[in-house]
Amino acid sequence: METSATQILDREFLELRARILELAASFDRVERAQGTVEGDQRWDLLQQGLEVLLGSQEERARAVQLLFSLSYDPDWREKYGLSGNVSNG
Amino acid sequence: MYYFDPHIHMVSRTTDDYATLARMGCVAVSEPAFWAGFDRGSVDSFRDYFHQLTDFERRRAAQFGIQHFTWLCINAKEAENVELSREVIAMIPEFLDEPGVLGIGEIGLNKNTRNEAQIFLEHLDLAVQFDQPILIHTPHLEDKYLGTRMILDMLTSDHRIDTDRVLVDHVEEHTVADVLKDGFWAGMTLYPVTKCTPQRAADIIEVHGPERLLVNSAGDWGPSKPTAVPDFIFEMRQRGHAESVIRRVVYENPIEFFSQSSNFDYRAPDEEAVVTN
Repeated sequence: METSATQILDREFLELRARILELAASFDRVERAQGTVEGDQRWDLLQQGLEVLLGSQEERARAVQLLFSLSYDPDWREKYGLSGNVSNG
Repeated sequence: MYYFDPHIHMVSRTTDDYATLARMGCVAVSEPAFWAGFDRGSVDSFRDYFHQLTDFERRRAAQFGIQHFTWLCINAKEAENVELSREVIAMIPEFLDEPGVLGIGEIGLNKNTRNEAQIFLEHLDLAVQFDQPILIHTPHLEDKYLGTRMILDMLTSDHRIDTDRVLVDHVEEHTVADVLKDGFWAGMTLYPVTKCTPQRAADIIEVHGPERLLVNSAGDWGPSKPTAVPDFIFEMRQRGHAESVIRRVVYENPIEFFSQSSNFDYRAPDEEAVVTN
């Protein structure tokens, strides 16, 4: 399976264009409404998500997923008191 | 192409859905025990549910030439009720020798709480005690990454667990590599909005290869599409992938994983043909 970048863009251009329009319209809808979402963490995350898309890093999908994820604490078992090998108890 | 939906909640679907699945090439399904949309109040409620999974659904599927397999547990959403969870875990062995019961699942985490982790560990004990394969649910949305890492911590620190016999489900771009790296099987759930799309599942196959990866619809009582696996097949074909690669993901991989269960009595449709004179 060898598909060129141009072939993928040919296939997906209109769909990507439509998705960008949907995002633009959604942002317009929020800003047109009464009140404000400034300071709402979800709004900040959405802004950061757009920045990931415009960046040059690889694995943008993974980066967006991690942006919207709670962080992992490797000491969680100790904090839960589940550090032993025996599970029952 | 024949395919196997390795994770679909048919108790939530209509009989018409079985007919549609059959027409689209589905020859077998595996149905993990899950949340009913409300918290059940007693162990007898689960006993009835397990009876439905092991008897009624198996017969309903068979009417359409679909073989039905199942997994048993109390799901993570109800694990906050630790007392009930322990009663259910103690009752599950009543059903482990029933035809079509493949193992313990879908166990896992939901909001990554202590009680959920405790009951997950006790399910692992049950699986080890009865030599059962394990099917694992990973959390949704912002909880997925943390919950998946917690689950992998619990699995990899338990040296009784055979990674070949564990399927970690609902993986996405940020969790699939960790699951495969630790030697487990991984399932991608094609579920609108909150999980993976057929297009992103095809991307993950292209990045990580088809080894140990499965796709499923997880069709249930919420917004979901029971024919999502054929959508994945179509996407892979549109991209020019070989039929052998697609078949491996949607048919051969599920069979290879499920074959580790002593109750997996699957017979391919061509093996079932009987010629009578």
